[in-house]
Amino acid sequence: MLKKNIKEIMEKSKLSGWVLEPDVKALMKLQGLDIPDFVLTNSFEEADRFFKKSGGPVVAKAVSKKILHKTEHDAVVTGIFSSGQLKIEMARLQKLEGCENILVEQMIKGIELIIGAKNDYQFGAVTVLGIGGTSVEIYNDTAIRMAPLKPGDVYSMVESLKAKEIVKGYRGRPGVNMEKLTHLMVGFSCLIMEMEDDIESVDLNPVICTKDRCVIADARIMLQRS
Amino acid sequence: MDLKNLFRPSTMAVIGVSTSQDNHPANVIYNKNHLRYPVKTFPVNPKGGILNREILYKSVGHIQEDIDMAVIAVRAEHVPKVVEQCIKKGVGGAVIISGGFSESGNFDLQKRVVDIAKEASFPFIGPNCLGIYAPDYVDTFFLPGERIIRPDKGNVGFVSQSGGVLVDQMVKFAGQGIGVSLAVSIGNKAHIRETDMLDWFDRDLATKVITFYIEGFEKKEGRKFIQKAEQCSKPVVVLKAGKSRKGIEAVSSHTASLAGDYRVFSEIMKQYCVAEADNEYELTSFCEALSCYPKGINANVGIISLSGGHGVIAADACELYGISIPAIDQETMDIIKGKLSPGIRDIVSLENPLDLTGSSVDSDIVATARYLSRDKNIDCVLALLIPYSPGVSTDIGAKLSQVARNEDKPMIAYVPNEDKYKIIIEGFELNNIPVASSVEGAVLMAKALKRCRPC
Repeated sequence: MLKKNIKEIMEKSKLSGWVLEPDVKALMKLQGLDIPDFVLTNSFEEADRFFKKSGGPVVAKAVSKKILHKTEHDAVVTGIFSSGQLKIEMARLQKLEGCENILVEQMIKGIELIIGAKNDYQFGAVTVLGIGGTSVEIYNDTAIRMAPLKPGDVYSMVESLKAKEIVKGYRGRPGVNMEKLTHLMVGFSCLIMEMEDDIESVDLNPVICTKDRCVIADARIMLQRS
Repeated sequence: MDLKNLFRPSTMAVIGVSTSQDNHPANVIYNKNHLRYPVKTFPVNPKGGILNREILYKSVGHIQEDIDMAVIAVRAEHVPKVVEQCIKKGVGGAVIISGGFSESGNFDLQKRVVDIAKEASFPFIGPNCLGIYAPDYVDTFFLPGERIIRPDKGNVGFVSQSGGVLVDQMVKFAGQGIGVSLAVSIGNKAHIRETDMLDWFDRDLATKVITFYIEGFEKKEGRKFIQKAEQCSKPVVVLKAGKSRKGIEAVSSHTASLAGDYRVFSEIMKQYCVAEADNEYELTSFCEALSCYPKGINANVGIISLSGGHGVIAADACELYGISIPAIDQETMDIIKGKLSPGIRDIVSLENPLDLTGSSVDSDIVATARYLSRDKNIDCVLALLIPYSPGVSTDIGAKLSQVARNEDKPMIAYVPNEDKYKIIIEGFELNNIPVASSVEGAVLMAKALKRCRPC
């Protein structure tokens, strides 16, 4: 079942060379990994119903094949607290180049991690863990392991980060739920093993972790250039 | 693939011996093996003739006896034909010294040789390599015997993509008294590769540590290598070259840019407890330590010094390499204090690193090492010995070795590498206790044990 879905999504994305966020998240959900509640729509009414039902702030993103790095195109709006704000932002996002849909999601606050994967020439599928966000390359604080991961690998990856104290809980702030993080990373690494030959790399960035959940807030798959 | 004929040959043909050039690689190899090794050596030259009153065989097929191994040092274009002759003769394997294959763009020629060999299950090392140094058996390095420094027979197995690096490392090993079981320069590694060598060394009883100098792997070969290393019963050490990021094309995802080729290599080595040395000096320390102690430690070291300064230098190096210097139990300190000579009891410092001062004598050092080894917080003892201290005798190496054996905890010694102190160094080394020639070297040995798999 999963294999069929992977194939379909990969085929569909071949032309652009990368897989859109909603499709990647669908794959992750099939693998049993946690993603935020969402609605994918162009209708403000539908988006507003979702916003009211979710009872908290939401995030709105433009889904466009033309926009690979959303932050650089102002294609992500976090912390939408009112219907009025949602309406204005949706209208703006819909005008961005190639915008097909608006992805409206519940907004989760927590520790932002990057979990990634790469098809390495010498070793095949490898997974990466680090502190997430848009400045990951600057801090370059990451751990890399060969996939598939064993639960012990996840603990040793956290332990090898310079920012490990942030992950474990720092200055009274709660740390990451290690059981959930382990579940996510082991499951993700197994999924990667199945897609290995099709992918160049995968970014789950950020994955937002709280003391109860580890949620994939944004995701992208770069396909192997043939 | 049976490599025994290659690495333990009784008979060897050297193909390509010249009648006019004394320093031709084949002549160097023929001469040194013929004169100095037990392997029975036969010179081959298609034109025949005579060299040093020995008759040259026109082909390997003309030799009456069975041939275990052939060294092939003919021009590249003749190699396929010579390999076919070896297969026909039933030779057990070859070392192809000749260059002029993939390294100079002649991929097709190299593939032809590989195809011929694979079809006949004929193992060969190279091409474009120095080949094999197997102490007491054979030496195919085409370097005149009087010019190179060779380590003695020992228990380190070494595989190198580069012949030059291998010879250099042999010099370093010899300097530190590290012996090798077998050293192989695999050159273009067209047929026998790192993974094959890992299989050989895993089964080889004479080898305790397996070491690789690696420039790069083929597609997914790294995965195969690491899976074999994980299953291997012996510690594996690697030195990687080609770490710089130049030539990496611009990448569009965070992950791809964070996980550059070398970082992936290095992290995966860590994941599977392969000890990656940062440089050739570390490699030497790693090999010496792991050849004595194949088991891993958590690296909680207790440091014994006879001078405060040595203890501080060691502590700094420990911090740099992620080795901890835990507090010593009060009970341990009390016992040690009770065993010390009355004269030093009140001037020593028994906090880790311990400073026994220059007034200590053998019995103080021995008692300290014994009870420090019994402390549950410590899993490795560093004994920093300054042999010019007046109370230290020449027996200290042998005495401390006994302690290490009885207590069954790894001990690493530092003694300056001077002829004058050889008797102390041998007191340790002959009893299988590694000795570093610098304080930092001793700490690197502890790092090696930390990197090696815990079992």
